[in-house]
Amino acid sequence: MNNKLKGFALTALSVAISTQAVAQDTPQSGGDIIVTYQNNVATLDPAIGYDWQNWSMIKSLFDGLMDYEPGTTELKTDLAKDYAISEDGLTYTFHLREGVKFHNGREMVASDVKYSLERTINPETQSPGAGFFSSIEGFDEVASGDATELSGITTPDDYTVKIQLSAPDAAFLHIMALNFASVVPKESVEKWGRDFGKHPVGTGAFALEDWSLGQRLTFVKNDDYYRDGIPYLDQIDFEIGQEPNVALMRLQRGEVDIAGDGIPPAQFLQFRNDPEFKELMVSGNQLHTGYLTMNVTMPPLDDVKVRRAINMAINKERIVRIINGRAIPANQPLPPAMPGYDKDYEGYPYDVQKAKALLEEAGFGDGFDTEIYVMNTDPQPRIAQAIQQDLAQIGVRAEIKSLAQANVIAAGGDKDQAPMVWSGGMAWIADFPDPSNFWGPILGCEGAVPGGWNWAWYCNEELDAEAEAADAMVAPDQQEARAERWGEIFTSAMDDAPWVPIFNEKRFTVHSARMGGDDALYVDPVHVPVNYDYIWVK
Amino acid sequence: MVWYIAKRVVYSLLILLGVTFVTYLLLYMIPADPARQIAGRSATAEVVANIRHQLGLDLPFYEQYVRYLGNLLQGDLGRSYVQRSEVSTLLASRVGPTLQLMVAGIGFELLIGITLGIVAALKRNSVLDQVLMAFSFIGVSSPHFIAAMLALYFFAVYLGWFPLGGYGGVEHLLLPAITLGVLGSGWYSRMVRSSMIDVLHQDFIRTARAKGLGRARVLLRHVLPNAIVPVIPMIGIDIGIFMSGLVVVESVFGWPGLGQLAWQAIQQVDIPIIVGVTMLSAVAIVLGNLVADLAVLFVDPRIDVTKT
Repeated sequence: MNNKLKGFALTALSVAISTQAVAQDTPQSGGDIIVTYQNNVATLDPAIGYDWQNWSMIKSLFDGLMDYEPGTTELKTDLAKDYAISEDGLTYTFHLREGVKFHNGREMVASDVKYSLERTINPETQSPGAGFFSSIEGFDEVASGDATELSGITTPDDYTVKIQLSAPDAAFLHIMALNFASVVPKESVEKWGRDFGKHPVGTGAFALEDWSLGQRLTFVKNDDYYRDGIPYLDQIDFEIGQEPNVALMRLQRGEVDIAGDGIPPAQFLQFRNDPEFKELMVSGNQLHTGYLTMNVTMPPLDDVKVRRAINMAINKERIVRIINGRAIPANQPLPPAMPGYDKDYEGYPYDVQKAKALLEEAGFGDGFDTEIYVMNTDPQPRIAQAIQQDLAQIGVRAEIKSLAQANVIAAGGDKDQAPMVWSGGMAWIADFPDPSNFWGPILGCEGAVPGGWNWAWYCNEELDAEAEAADAMVAPDQQEARAERWGEIFTSAMDDAPWVPIFNEKRFTVHSARMGGDDALYVDPVHVPVNYDYIWVK
Repeated sequence: MVWYIAKRVVYSLLILLGVTFVTYLLLYMIPADPARQIAGRSATAEVVANIRHQLGLDLPFYEQYVRYLGNLLQGDLGRSYVQRSEVSTLLASRVGPTLQLMVAGIGFELLIGITLGIVAALKRNSVLDQVLMAFSFIGVSSPHFIAAMLALYFFAVYLGWFPLGGYGGVEHLLLPAITLGVLGSGWYSRMVRSSMIDVLHQDFIRTARAKGLGRARVLLRHVLPNAIVPVIPMIGIDIGIFMSGLVVVESVFGWPGLGQLAWQAIQQVDIPIIVGVTMLSAVAIVLGNLVADLAVLFVDPRIDVTKT
C-alpha cells in the first residue's frame, strides 16, 4: 500500500524537482504557502502564547527589542537600534528604531515598550512568562498587583528606554528577545481586552488577516515592515486540525508546503530511508535534553551512591535506537549547542558491574522498589520501559506510572510523590539560548518548591551562589569566562547525580520541494519550529 | 400528553444537573493544578496564588460549583485556561461542522443500515443474509482509526475521488460521512433485520398478502412502518454519540468538530472546555432521546403514554 502511495507522490515530486533543479539560490519575493498543524493555535497574544504552534507565529507578528540572526542563537537588535549596558551591569539603555509602525498604522515608541513589559508582568494578564522579568526593578510590586507601573523602566524620550535591574543578569538581553517581551500597542489591547490573542496587532513581518477558529489562520505580508525586502512570502495559510500522517500524505501530493508537526515516530524510518524524501527532510539540533530525575529527598535515592549507580546502569545508546536515532546520547544537563557545554566531560560510563558494586556498597545489594513517572504518549512509555529493563539489570524494580502530561508535572512538583520522572514530552527545551535557563527552574533551589520544575528536588546552595556569580558577569569580554563557569556548575552538579541525562533530541521538519532558504531556517533553534520571515518559494 | 412531556423535561433537567455535578467533581479531583499550568514554569509561588485567586480556584468545591452553575444559567461557560477565549465561542465554532457530519453520517448509517436490514430480512438464512450480517459485524467492530485511514488512503490518495481531509464543501463531507455510515450501519441493519422478521411473521401481514396486496405494497405500507419503530430511539442515542465527538474520525479527516476540541482539551487538562463539551453532548443526548421518544408516538399511535 505504501509503495503505491510513494509511486504516486514520487512522479509528482520528481517532476517538481527536475523543473526546479535550475532554480537559483537567491531568495525571491512572493508566493503563498500552506503550513499544517494538528493542535489548535491557542492564542497569538505574545504575553500568553507558549506552545509549539504559536511560538514562531507570534515572532512573525510581533517584535521585541532584541532578536536572533535567522537560524542561529546569535543575538541581534530588533526594535532597538542599539543598546548600552552600564559598568555595574544594572542599567540597560535601548535606543529604538524610528518610524517602525504597528499593523494599525501608529508609530511604535518608547512608552509602548514600557507598557508591554508591564502588561506581561501584571497578574491580570496571567502570563506564563512573567517570571522571566523578575530581575527588573519594581517587579515584585507589579507581580503582586500592588502597582501597575515598573519603577525600573523609564522613557527619557520617545526613542529611548532605560531599564534598571535589581541584580545583574547576564541573560537579560536574551530575555528581551523572548516573545513575552514583544511590543504591543495599548489601544489595540484595550480595544480587544482578553480577546487580544485572537486579534493580534504588532510590528512584525506578517499581520493576521483572518482566523476561522479551529480551521485556518491567514497571515499576510506586512508591506510596512521595517526590514526592507522581508518577509519574502506574501501569504501563509496555517491549516489546523490535520493529523500528522495525513499532513505528510498531502505534502507528498504537493498540497502542503510545511508539515508543522514533523514526522510521526512510526513513519520516521520510512521517510528517512527514502532518497527522494530525504531531500525534503531537514534536521537540526535543538536546545533540548531528555533526562531522568531522581528525587534526592526520597530514600533510597537520597544516597548519592544509589544515584550514581543508576547513572551507570542506563544504556543510552539503546534508548536512542528505540527512537530511531532521532537524538544523540547525553552525559550532562546542557545540550551541545548551548554555550558552556563541556565537550571534554565524560560523565558516567555505562557499566552494569560497577553500578551493581556501587549499589552493594550503599547497602542495596538486593535492589529496591521504586516508580518512574512518564507522560503517556508515544514514544515516552517505550523509553520508560527501556529504563525499567536497564534498572532491572542491577536489581532495581521500577514500576511505570504513565499519566497525562499535566498530571506528571503535578506529581514531579510534589516532594513526596515521584521518586523518578522521565522528562520526555515535558521538559526541557530552553526558552532562550543561555545556560542559566537550564539551571534555576530545573536544578536550582528556586525550582525545588511545591509545583516547581526541579523534580529531582536538588538544592545545592553552593552551586546556586556560583550561578549567581556567573550571572553577574555581564560585560561582553567576560562572556567566554562566564560560559566556562556555567559549564563547571553543571558538571559539578553531575557529581551529585540528581539526573541521568539521557539524550539530546534532534528536530526534523519536512517541507515541499518548492520551498527555498537555508536549512537552518526550517529548524531554527529560536523561531521554533520554522522561521517564517526568511523562508521563500522557488 | 402534556403531562408526559413536562415530566420528561423535568427528568432531563435533573439528568443535566447530575452531569454537571459529576463532571465538575471529577475534574476538581484531578491532581493537575490549572493555576500552575497557566502561570507557566517560570512563575513564582506568589504569581500562582494570584492566578488561583482570580480564577476562584482557592474557593471550596461547593462554592466553585455553585458559581459555575450561576454563570451557566446566564449562558456563561467560562474561559478556556489554555486558549483564553470564551468557551461558548470555541464551542460555537465547532457545532456547525459537528452538526453537518452528524446529519450526513446518520443519514448514511440509516440509508445503508435500513437497506441492508431489509434485504437481509427478506432473504433470511440465505448466503446473502449471512454475508450482509458479517459485513455489519465487521463494520461495528472495526477500529475507527484504521478504517478511516484505509478509506482515506484508498478513496482520496489512490483513487483521488475526494480531497485529503479538511473542511469545506460537500466533497470534504462525503468521505468521512460515508465512512461513518458504513462503520455504524451495522447497528441499524441488525435491528431492522430482526424487527422485520418479527413483523413478517405477524398475522396481519399474511392477511394483507391474502387480500391480494403486492409484495412491495405490503413491505412499504405494512412491514416497514412497524419494523422501523425500534430504530427511532437508536437515532436518539446516535445523536449523542455524534455530538460528544468522533475524536478519531475527526482527527484523521481533519474535521474541525467538537471531538477534536475535546481531545485537545483533555490532553491539556483545560477544564472549562472539558466541562463545556460534556454539557453540550449531555444536552444533545437528552434532547435526542426526548425527541426520539416523542417521535415514536407519532410513528406508532398504538403506544399510549398516558398509561405509563
